[in-house]
Amino acid sequence: MSQAYKEKRRFIQGNEACALGAIAAGCRFFAGYPITPSSEIAEVMAKELPLLGGKFVQMEDEIASIAAILGASLSGEKACTATSGPGFSLMQENIGYASLAEIPCVIINVMRGGPSTGSPTSPSQSDLMQAKWGTHGDHPVIVFAPAYISEIFVDTIHCFNLAEKYRVPVILLLDEVIGHMRARMDIYKLSADDIAVIERRKPTVSPAEFMPYDTSDSLVPPMAPFGQGYRFHTTGLIHDRTGFPVNDGLTAESETIRLMKKIYENESDIIEYEEYMTDDMDIMICTFGSTARSAKVAVNKLRDDGIKAGLFRAITLSPFPRKKLRELSARVNKIYVPEMNLGQLRLILERVTRPVQVPIIGINRINLAPISPDEIYQTIKKGEGYV
Amino acid sequence: MSNIERYLRKDKFPHIWCPGCGNGIVLHAFLRAIDKLNLDQNQVAAVSGIGCSSRATGYVDFCTIHTTHGRALAFATGVKFAKPELTVFVFSGDGDSTAIGGNHFIHACRRNIDLTMIIFNNNIYGMTGGQYSPTTPYMKYASTAPYGNAEQPFNISGLAVAAGASYVARGTTYDAAQLDNLIIKGIENKGFSLIEIFAPCPTVYGRKNKLANPVDLMMWQKELTMPVAKWNQLDDEEKAKYQPTGILTDIDKPEFCDEYAKTCAKAQKIAKGELIS
Ligand SMILES: Cc1ncc(C[n+]2csc(CCOP(=O)(O)OP(=O)(O)O)c2C)c(N)n1
Ligand code: SF4
Repeated sequence: MSQAYKEKRRFIQGNEACALGAIAAGCRFFAGYPITPSSEIAEVMAKELPLLGGKFVQMEDEIASIAAILGASLSGEKACTATSGPGFSLMQENIGYASLAEIPCVIINVMRGGPSTGSPTSPSQSDLMQAKWGTHGDHPVIVFAPAYISEIFVDTIHCFNLAEKYRVPVILLLDEVIGHMRARMDIYKLSADDIAVIERRKPTVSPAEFMPYDTSDSLVPPMAPFGQGYRFHTTGLIHDRTGFPVNDGLTAESETIRLMKKIYENESDIIEYEEYMTDDMDIMICTFGSTARSAKVAVNKLRDDGIKAGLFRAITLSPFPRKKLRELSARVNKIYVPEMNLGQLRLILERVTRPVQVPIIGINRINLAPISPDEIYQTIKKGEGYV
Repeated sequence: MSNIERYLRKDKFPHIWCPGCGNGIVLHAFLRAIDKLNLDQNQVAAVSGIGCSSRATGYVDFCTIHTTHGRALAFATGVKFAKPELTVFVFSGDGDSTAIGGNHFIHACRRNIDLTMIIFNNNIYGMTGGQYSPTTPYMKYASTAPYGNAEQPFNISGLAVAAGASYVARGTTYDAAQLDNLIIKGIENKGFSLIEIFAPCPTVYGRKNKLANPVDLMMWQKELTMPVAKWNQLDDEEKAKYQPTGILTDIDKPEFCDEYAKTCAKAQKIAKGELIS
């Protein structure tokens, strides 16, 4: 690999950290279509992958990009694409295809202001709901949102691991702030766990006995790459264990429920979050992505004033760390939710904390600028915010 | 006959196609071509979109993907580019390939990636019940063209030639014997190969256009088409009345996966300092 990754310490951009994380995870196939603020990911992949015998292709649009990575994944490669709002919208149908046909893939969405063409060069966190619910039908999806540069590198590896382990599309949400921010990344400080790479489980039976969606020993069936004697059919129609379409309600229901279960029964393996000063907190700030950086500073300032504030940062947004949050919310008087959208995380929190009935207050900005520590601090000090 | 059965998933029969549908004739010709080339079926992938014709992938015993509507070529590009050693086929309908998938179609032609695509052109959206497609002729009827189709149709093969495909052929289910050879030449071509096949749909196109009898539809194909060598000798006014059949283009042109491999070798030399970029 090129110098970029060999150096132990590096001043690096978030998008670049993401591309290098993908490569470290074993991704050798990238298909994409240029869009601000994600294009640097494609540019790094275009430069690095040929050096590793990997494949980079710039497709004719984002629909083609996700389709190509799904084809490559079926061929046996770890594959990803990167985009932003408008492109992410175009990808939705095939994200559903990946969910139903259980094709591992990673989709990176560097969020920008929306809707529509929106504000291409400005940050936003307004694709949270779309990441979780964007494609039609009940479907599983894993969503990650890192906040720091080294974390982008590590979480990108995790996203690939989870995609391969659970045969599910994994969406990595960055935003313009951390995508374009530069910071020092100390690769040597990362633990073996941080950068461990998981490979797809392959069938152990002979091709004659192979059943492409055999879940007799696990909720996640093993997957055979093309060209190795295992011939099977893949479809976006509801199918049974054989991979062929069926039109019976019982299979439709049980297979869709299995798809959900393979994620929800493994929540403890998937979910990541960060707690900061939560032990004795009265006020909880709950957020994700780059806004958490400001929130942490705000917690420190509030603590200086004697206010017992704490931070809960969801790194995994789907499945959502609801058990932990429910537990924490029972211990606080108020929850503040700063986010660069009009209340998408707040909506999730309102649902998961309902048994506790704690006031949830939004600090919402869609003014094309990151939320500053002072905005969070002042809102909490003054008891303002959106209810 | 018996030899081609090894390429079929016989347990998936009966197939979904209507009696008199041209799709089976096309599939049969495809299997004869594969059989004549004696391809190793473990090294073949077949990819289709959505539509009656796209159901073909369910019946052939290869690695098969029945993708989303219009996207077969984009999936197939991923399969082939990731594993260039595979022989990759694409099955698609006229709507699948030139309406919703039109963009992927012209770009696969331009890229000249080594895929062999068979378009089952039935001039209609069969699966959804007979709406007009980009190849429904002017003033023919469809469920969404109850007073006649006001739009002008695509010439799919012409589009492929213009977009840069290195092999383009057109055939009909009327002249099914010719199809094997057109498909074999397409497989042998290193680059993007399109075989456009007129495959009648008696059930929805035929019924709407007083051609519900499959034989009448076959005769319509016969009247509409002409071998390309003969067609070339016509004047322009006469040419417009017929669609040429046979091999329309067969040129040498750099293939995408090969060119990319060369580019990788170059990049690696530059990285080692053996070459200055
Ligand atoms: C995104 C999307 N839009 C619409 C459809 C509905 N649909 C299914 S098949 C089809 C048309 C198929 O026509 P064609 O490609 O010509 O194939 P044929 O059925 O005639 O073989 C349409 C519109 C769909 N499946 N997906
Ligand atoms: S509707 Fe038309 S295209 Fe579809 S199977 Fe029937 S005859 Fe064939």
